[in-house]
Amino acid sequence: MQDKVRNERYNNYVEAKIAKTHAWPSLFNSFWVGGLICTIGQLFNDVLLLSFPNMSTQSAWAFTLIFLIFMASFLTGLGIFDKIGAFAGAGTIVPITGFSNSITSPALEFKNEGIIFGMCAKMFIIAGPVIVSGTVASMVVGLIYLFI
Amino acid sequence: MERKRGQQTVFFKNKPIIIGHYSLVGPKEGKGPLRDYFSKIEEDDLFGQKTYEKAERTMIEQSLRGAVENAGIKFGDVRLFLSGDLLNQIISSSYAARSFDIPYVGVFGACSTMAESLALGACLVDGGHFDTVACATSSHFSTAERQFRFPLELGNQRPPTSQWTVTGSGSTILSCKGHGPRITCATFGKVTDYGINDVNNMGAAMAPAAMNTLIAHFKDTKTKPEDYDLILSGDLGKLGSEILIDLMEDHGYKLGLNYKDCGQMIFKRNQNVLMGGSGCGCSATVLNSIILDKIIKGEYKKVLFMATGALLSTTSSQQGESIPGIAHAIVIEGEDNE
Amino acid sequence: MSDWYVYLIVFISGGFICFIGQILIIKTKMTSARILVTFELLGVFLAAIGLFDPISAFCKAGINVPIIGFGASLANGAINAVKAKGLLGVFTGGLEATAGGIAAAVFFAFIFGIIFRAKTKKF
Repeated sequence: MQDKVRNERYNNYVEAKIAKTHAWPSLFNSFWVGGLICTIGQLFNDVLLLSFPNMSTQSAWAFTLIFLIFMASFLTGLGIFDKIGAFAGAGTIVPITGFSNSITSPALEFKNEGIIFGMCAKMFIIAGPVIVSGTVASMVVGLIYLFI
Repeated sequence: MERKRGQQTVFFKNKPIIIGHYSLVGPKEGKGPLRDYFSKIEEDDLFGQKTYEKAERTMIEQSLRGAVENAGIKFGDVRLFLSGDLLNQIISSSYAARSFDIPYVGVFGACSTMAESLALGACLVDGGHFDTVACATSSHFSTAERQFRFPLELGNQRPPTSQWTVTGSGSTILSCKGHGPRITCATFGKVTDYGINDVNNMGAAMAPAAMNTLIAHFKDTKTKPEDYDLILSGDLGKLGSEILIDLMEDHGYKLGLNYKDCGQMIFKRNQNVLMGGSGCGCSATVLNSIILDKIIKGEYKKVLFMATGALLSTTSSQQGESIPGIAHAIVIEGEDNE
Repeated sequence: MSDWYVYLIVFISGGFICFIGQILIIKTKMTSARILVTFELLGVFLAAIGLFDPISAFCKAGINVPIIGFGASLANGAINAVKAKGLLGVFTGGLEATAGGIAAAVFFAFIFGIIFRAKTKKF
């Protein structure tokens, strides 16, 4: 009981002791890098639709996302993406590039433990929750729409 | 003769002698302010190996061989090898010991391992059980990162309170005869947990343990902080050492300019390490380079070396456990400081 | 159609979403996996209540490139498949709509995982 009081006091003290860093630079960086990635996506999408007028908008979006996923994965492999990520924070995590990076980076990291149990098994240590929660949530939505 | 004893402190009658030391670091540490003091700076952080785990193992092997050479003894003269590291099941140490053909005891004290192994080694030498004991430890940024945090290539930002694991290994040879600085006493710390949950704030988690050990040490030895030329903590980092100074002041001990932290010494501010260095290798390489050099030269006469460790695992932190800390301390005195 | 101001809207809306993400990271110490899941579920929710399509028509890539769009296509896929196939659509719809993205991410991760190796952070 006494420990609990002591710990709480210590935690509050530490919280107050942590030097407040200015959040604005990182917020600004995440804004413009995130905006830029979306704009690149839009540009790619528009060029695609101009080059292939018969393409459906849905396919064009799919190709756009695949293009961004490819770029993020490639830059991760080259060891550049983590530097951009450290600079932009959520600016690269929130766009689909973050999803791609979170699959490619463990694939690179755990390659040393073998292709099967290392690379393939560990590929989803970060992105796994995204796929699981997305699948479950979409099925819940589907079930709701089935009954209304 | 009755041996002097404290609550948590052992006093050495025969005063084990540090006859050799060696420090080996990676490229980033080699660009830091202590670069002129390290025995060797390796530019390739894979150390010519295929994986970072193998690289860490190689570091221990090289640093121990370097320390034996520095001591001017034959490898066969080492009677016992005490070592530990951060990886699960301390594989770096054990696999390094595989190539040595000397008896081996693995120890684990997280980042406090250097002080822990030196304290134990000094006890064994002082008791007359072994003539010569080698103490070593290591850490590697890339192996620690993948075990405790995220894949290296993940594009995330490091929280402002986090620290940078030092890539490096330090080894010390203790002996009952020879010339060099002496270990005069050792204080073993208690596991202390003040309920810090944030794995990116190790300094705050370990500072209370450091405080406990320091207070126990000062009480047992009846000394004050001013009695030491240098009080050196392991890897509390900037935040952790500020907290320690505050905590000590609350208990009536004032840590002045003679207090330093290895984690803050090893990197420059502009090396993007946030709160400073951490890991077993941090205190090990700093002690086995600049500190022992200066003790041998006589610049420091009496040094209190205390390494701190955070005894957590990824499993415990994922289950929401707070982070227990530990700290062990040893006193190193110059040879002619009788 | 592709006037310059479309790009401005895309830039601002996309940037704004990332900006919110960064606030979450700073305030709650969320890791990237949690950020991804949070925004994805937000997308699922927006699509489920029918808000996503009007926003998407206005913001275009600004909301489709962030992982919100991924969540929205999961939900929209499920909704459309339910309308077309009934119960089976509940199971197939979501993943069918996002199969391209997931397959691409896995495929490229595999290829680049074979080619490259992880390097120590240098900065």
